[in-house]
Amino acid sequence: MAKVGVYVCHCGTNIAGVIDVEAVRAHAETLPEVAVARKDLFMCSDSGQEMIKQDIRDGLVDRVVVAACTPRTHEPIFRAALEAGGLNKYLFEMANIRDQDSWVHANDPEGATAKAKKLMASAVGKAARLQPLEDKFVDVTKAALVIGGGVGGIFSALELADMGYPTYLVEKEPSIGGVMAMLDKTFPTNDCSACILTPVMVDAGNHPNVKLMTYSEVEDVDGYIGNFTVKVRRKQTYIDWQKCTGCGACAEACPVRTTNEFNQGMDKRPAAYIHFPQAVPKKAVVDMEHCINCAGRKLGQEPKISKKTGKPMLAPCELACPADAINRSLPLDPQGRIEEIKVGSIVVATGFQVMDKGWFKEMAPEHPNVITALQLERLISATGPTGGNLYMPSTADKKPKTMTFVSCMGSRDEKFHTYCSRVCCMYMIKQARLLKEKYPHMNIYMHFIDVRTAGKDYDEYYVGARKMGVNILKGKVGGLQIIDDHRLRVLAYDMEAGTPVEYESDLVVLATAIELPESAKKLAQTLGLQFCGSNFFKELHPKLGPVETSTRGIFLAGCCQGPKDIPDTVSQAKGAAGAAAVPLAQGKVKIEPILSEVITELCSGCGICVPLCPYDAITLKIHAEKPRAEIDITQCKGCGVCTSACPSAAIVLHGYEDEQIYAQIAALTA
Amino acid sequence: MSFSPNIVGFACQWCTYAGADLAGNLRCKYPPTIKLIRVPCSGRVEPEFVLEALARGADGVLIGGCHFGDCHYKEGNYKTSRRMIMFKKLIEDAGFDPRRFRLEWISGAEGKRFAEVAEEFTKELQELGPNPIKGGTA
Repeated sequence: MAKVGVYVCHCGTNIAGVIDVEAVRAHAETLPEVAVARKDLFMCSDSGQEMIKQDIRDGLVDRVVVAACTPRTHEPIFRAALEAGGLNKYLFEMANIRDQDSWVHANDPEGATAKAKKLMASAVGKAARLQPLEDKFVDVTKAALVIGGGVGGIFSALELADMGYPTYLVEKEPSIGGVMAMLDKTFPTNDCSACILTPVMVDAGNHPNVKLMTYSEVEDVDGYIGNFTVKVRRKQTYIDWQKCTGCGACAEACPVRTTNEFNQGMDKRPAAYIHFPQAVPKKAVVDMEHCINCAGRKLGQEPKISKKTGKPMLAPCELACPADAINRSLPLDPQGRIEEIKVGSIVVATGFQVMDKGWFKEMAPEHPNVITALQLERLISATGPTGGNLYMPSTADKKPKTMTFVSCMGSRDEKFHTYCSRVCCMYMIKQARLLKEKYPHMNIYMHFIDVRTAGKDYDEYYVGARKMGVNILKGKVGGLQIIDDHRLRVLAYDMEAGTPVEYESDLVVLATAIELPESAKKLAQTLGLQFCGSNFFKELHPKLGPVETSTRGIFLAGCCQGPKDIPDTVSQAKGAAGAAAVPLAQGKVKIEPILSEVITELCSGCGICVPLCPYDAITLKIHAEKPRAEIDITQCKGCGVCTSACPSAAIVLHGYEDEQIYAQIAALTA
Repeated sequence: MSFSPNIVGFACQWCTYAGADLAGNLRCKYPPTIKLIRVPCSGRVEPEFVLEALARGADGVLIGGCHFGDCHYKEGNYKTSRRMIMFKKLIEDAGFDPRRFRLEWISGAEGKRFAEVAEEFTKELQELGPNPIKGGTA
């Protein structure tokens, strides 16, 4: 019979303040499978772990149960202690008597103690039936994938590439650069965004270890840490990028005018276009959704022959291209093509989107002079639609005399997002400062719930704005009234003066919240990522695992994990790259043996399990002339769906065997 | 004073088990009726486990998994859903009120939701009374 050692943790007063630890320990002694039952102030401390190791060395115990916090954080620590003591580390089970007991039943110490006894007995029942398991090791593909080519993705890719690992950088737009490329200047130094970002983009484009895959999207990710197979859709560019020199002649010739996403819809772009002037790679694409098929000729058709000249009538873009990169006679597949790549680890850096102003009906979103902060950024950028001159969008040549900034649009608001978007206070202050420098006579009003300036040199930057004469008001803007096509009335409240405020404004800027883009949400399922309460990707641990995810080998960087500014994004991106490089540097990765296995003798070959497996890990193979299921352990992730479904009970999920679970049920219902 | 039901919960380790941990972090309060058994995926839970728990006198059984689209194993929760919705219809034949069995999708971010479910389920079971095997009526 197994000799189970039970170790009950006080966790200081976290557990012992509610639960009678001694009673739980004493109850353990009454269980037939328990050989030793002890307690300690902190089981995870050196002395606590040493207690376990000593009992193993003394031959007193051959299975270990720790009744303490959650296995989600502490199981690895105690498993390592078992191993150090000389016991197979999988002969361990935790009873969660803190997170799921003392912390939630503090008002019922008796009930909490009774529950702790049951949870402990359940763990003992399972532990007594655990089997030793061996870790398995597999070779690693020494290459990495970074999804998202914003500033975070670029830095992750460069770090990995500098460490010597071939790195694929996948970006859905035609160029890398992300939102940072749209910004005019950056706080708190007023560095020109393009001036600091463009050289890094060029580095990424030229690095021998970085393979740029722009205008591409990740469609499917298969495999596991060390050995991912990724299907990337290379979207159809309709222009031969081998030949395209990025001269822009096609864009000049194209007669179409459609919404320019890069300028946040503040002007128009042709259907044949280059993403933005500093694009990397600097290549043109044709937006086929808006292409008008000049000369009445659809893609893939031979050109009509002119009756006058007898020559083929080509589209303006074809005619304009000096590099012969556009040929509309080719029957190009609108779906593009799928490229399959193999990598060992993945950094997800899919960034953010800002909320649309249309959500805020009280803010007259239909008025041309109500814009989002990112739209303002384009209006004041030298590469923007007005060449950096701030004009009221309703006029196209008049400067606003009075301007208003409204913070927390959709952030810290129970109707939309309860979180703080973190960057809005600072970028509004930046925009106000830049405008005040350029147009000292402009009246600028800023309405904040609070001004949040946590960051190096940030508060000084804010105080500077006040000194420059920016009017900063604490209090909410209740709404905007349209006066005419050019002006709005701002209805606000000044909490410090304790009075309502009303004034006329020529331009209102809404600091709309940061959220995870829709395109990133689709990725979650193929990557096996979860969402946090704010609907960003969930990291492994909010403090100790900020770049890791619950899927081993997949890491997070930047705003896809939660709102952050550029310094924080770059820090996290470099951190994620470091973490992603670990398995690549090790060369081999451990596969935990919590996996399913078929007992061939019990398998009847019915094949029910085969289509159930989400990873196609099960195949029917011939054993002694009969079909029998077989599980590829490099594909299996240990969900146990097959185990539950097998009518012959021929599939064992190691670590979660039927016998173990029945013992837990018995203990909980005893 | 109504009785304190005994609830056996099967919780997927990625979502509901994490949600229960979060309830602890947030110091949510709920009655100490529910005790979780950690499983990798709600898809690991066999209908037999639920029957076994009821047959051994558990007053209620909960299976907690990830929301659709959130499954760590892509689609394990869909399988649970199909399997357990059918199973719920059979529970009555085994002599148990189907309300003794609950299937809930609780994410790792929904600590509060976990506490609410535990509270609600406890109340419902208090109304139903003890498991008939232990002398209850339904």
